[in-house]
Amino acid sequence: MIPEIGHFALILALVVAVVQTAVPLLGSALGNPRWIGLAKPATRLQLLFMVIAYACLTYAFITHDFSVKYVASNSHTTMPLLYRVSGVWGAHEGSLLLWALILSLWAVSVSVFSRSIPAVMLARVLGVMGFVAVGFLLFLLVTSNPFERLLPAPADGRSLNPLLQDPGLAIHPPMLYMGYVGFSVAFAFAVAAMLGGKLDAAWTRWVRPWTNIAWMFLTLGIALGSWWAYYELGWGGWWFWDPVENASLMPWLVGTALIHSLAVSEKRGAFKAWTVLLAVFAFSLSLLGTFLVRSGVLTSVHAFASDPGRGLFILLFLVTVVGLSLTLYAFRAKQFTSNVSFQLFSRETGLLLNNVILVVMAATILLGTLYPLVMDALGIGKISVGPPYFNSVIVPLGIPLVMVMGLGVLLRWKRDSISRLGTDLILLVIVALGVGLLFSLLLRYDWEVMAAVGLVMAMWIAATTVFSAWRQKRTASVWGAALAHTGMAITIIGISLTSLYSSEKDVRLSAGQQYQMAGYAFQFQGVKKVSETAFDAYQGTVDITRDGQPVSHMEPQKRVYKVQTMPMTEAGIDAGLFRDLFVALGEPLEGGAWSLRLYHKPFIRWIWLGGIFMAVGGLLAATDRRYRLKLRRAGNA
Amino acid sequence: MLKYFVPLGGFLLLVALLAAGLKLDPREVPSPFIGRQAPAFEANQLEAAGMLASTSLKGDVWLLNVWASWCGECQREHAVLTELIKGQNLKAVGLNYKDVSADAKRWIAQFGNPFTQIITDPQGKIGLEWGVYGTPETFIIDQQGIIRYKHIGPMNQKAVTEKILPLLAELRKEAGQ
Repeated sequence: MIPEIGHFALILALVVAVVQTAVPLLGSALGNPRWIGLAKPATRLQLLFMVIAYACLTYAFITHDFSVKYVASNSHTTMPLLYRVSGVWGAHEGSLLLWALILSLWAVSVSVFSRSIPAVMLARVLGVMGFVAVGFLLFLLVTSNPFERLLPAPADGRSLNPLLQDPGLAIHPPMLYMGYVGFSVAFAFAVAAMLGGKLDAAWTRWVRPWTNIAWMFLTLGIALGSWWAYYELGWGGWWFWDPVENASLMPWLVGTALIHSLAVSEKRGAFKAWTVLLAVFAFSLSLLGTFLVRSGVLTSVHAFASDPGRGLFILLFLVTVVGLSLTLYAFRAKQFTSNVSFQLFSRETGLLLNNVILVVMAATILLGTLYPLVMDALGIGKISVGPPYFNSVIVPLGIPLVMVMGLGVLLRWKRDSISRLGTDLILLVIVALGVGLLFSLLLRYDWEVMAAVGLVMAMWIAATTVFSAWRQKRTASVWGAALAHTGMAITIIGISLTSLYSSEKDVRLSAGQQYQMAGYAFQFQGVKKVSETAFDAYQGTVDITRDGQPVSHMEPQKRVYKVQTMPMTEAGIDAGLFRDLFVALGEPLEGGAWSLRLYHKPFIRWIWLGGIFMAVGGLLAATDRRYRLKLRRAGNA
Repeated sequence: MLKYFVPLGGFLLLVALLAAGLKLDPREVPSPFIGRQAPAFEANQLEAAGMLASTSLKGDVWLLNVWASWCGECQREHAVLTELIKGQNLKAVGLNYKDVSADAKRWIAQFGNPFTQIITDPQGKIGLEWGVYGTPETFIIDQQGIIRYKHIGPMNQKAVTEKILPLLAELRKEAGQ
């Protein structure tokens, strides 16, 4: 009964979404205030039905209703409550349901914080978001119904993929989706501006906080995913350039460009058409990511259940949404051209360069991700593009990006001159070089050119950020930007030092033997069998000491999950600000010995720490007073 | 004016590509090698000393699996592949494709070694001769050294039960005659 209620609520949500799209958009075109006024209530009603549908599926998971096919495929009686709740988004159908629910949440948030926005504008924004919802709800109902019954019901389910039975991964997809779907707000505002033909500074002040918050979620989602891959896959790596990771990085890069382009549009009224285009691209790339992941066109390189029918649907949807908005852009963008002039040496130029580099990065990753498909479609052959391509193209783009990043924050709007910056600039370059080099020399590792380059780059960002924050009036925006830039510096330090100084060793150890690496002694105490509800495991014990002082006690496991008989490595990790020690249990060898993999990873935490700084910065900037000023005035009136 | 149509044009090109991609099955690759003599090789082994020549395999039904430590899908097919090899008591050669030997050894140590022998192909030369498109790929070679089956992408239970097991039964019958 409950699953049918969920199914029915989903159908009602679709009906309401159609109303939410058609009536307000028509009303704003015809100037009918009653139709325009329907946008808000329709948006809220759609959320209500989405919440009901989502709650019904969650209920089916919690109560082990295996007569629902989706539950039977992704749950099991032995699974703890946490994974039954997170299991809802553990596979295709439920992920899409969560996607649609989050979209609805964003739309309602916009409608709540909308007092400063003219009714016509709001109607268009909510209408466009409703249109996106129609697409996703149709997709759910037509090709991926999560409430489909499986009769007769099996006695037990097939359980959730063991890789996903982890708290880190339980919160990773919702974060990522909040980011992906959050860009639909900027997208909807962009389309609304094109429909209305007007884009002013007020418009940018409506869009900026939403974009920042979406970007914050995406940043956290990506960082969480990277962290999860690090500790769960047992490989000690933190980024693999696989198509799914790329699908999240592309909107992030374009979203970052959008945040900066919006700044120019707000302060100087320039780059308007470009800003609109970026808003369209950021969301299109989120949709494209969904297509790539869900359609199976890249199946040979990544594992997702695929279905050509679903792929065709998403492609048609992509064509409709992106095609229509780009067609609109082609006819309307001319109205957004600005006659604002700026000189070559100005903050505008800095931000333009920033945008160009970020977009080129995103395009490069898109090329690498789609290249196997291009070759295949052209009948040339099937190939796979690996990390060597991405590393060799992204690093050379990253270095100029960092240089511009530091210089940009120092420059003034409109025009600036080297002579004004003169001594400050020289001083900052000296500080960055000096501190960066000193840092690289103080490390207890061998000196490496690339490590020094990375550290100087990071110090360049840090020095210019601190300097410009000190010179400016410190609003929430300025603090936010400074935090985000500092976060970038921290991440760069993490990436440079981890990539260059990680040491790893495969060793064969018998109980009682020890191995020395990077100044640490790894003492292997043996292996015992342990058994949990979900899995059986071999559990090793390793004690780590440094100069005779105990550092850590680890119990890495090699698990076999009972339901899916899938082997998994649960590494032992001793986390620290300056280094991680990581032990993975390998195979049993002859004579009672085991193979063990030992890692020493300096500064790896900094990669994710920087991500947290960036996210907090994004959020802080969104709270700036000027975004609320008009709102309060409108509230008083 | 025309420049505003550029994004739309670019997007439409992309859509054409994706639509074409949708019709293709990334797993379905026609192999001109099926039914032909398997390309000969003589290669270094990953763990054992000395070279392994393909001539030494003649007379047996054997399996060649192309894998690499950098290949995530290889990890995924590992359980099914191991079961196939062990269950059928097959002679199995792992072709370690475009890999660093240290990484490959670590991979084997972590996940287990299903193969009877592993040969290394750091430059991908053997892979080229065998017409390898990517990893993982699996070939079945008969007693006469002829390639009888090729599977692209991770090995799965469906392919094992529907294609490989019947083929192996047929090959055993041929040998029995």
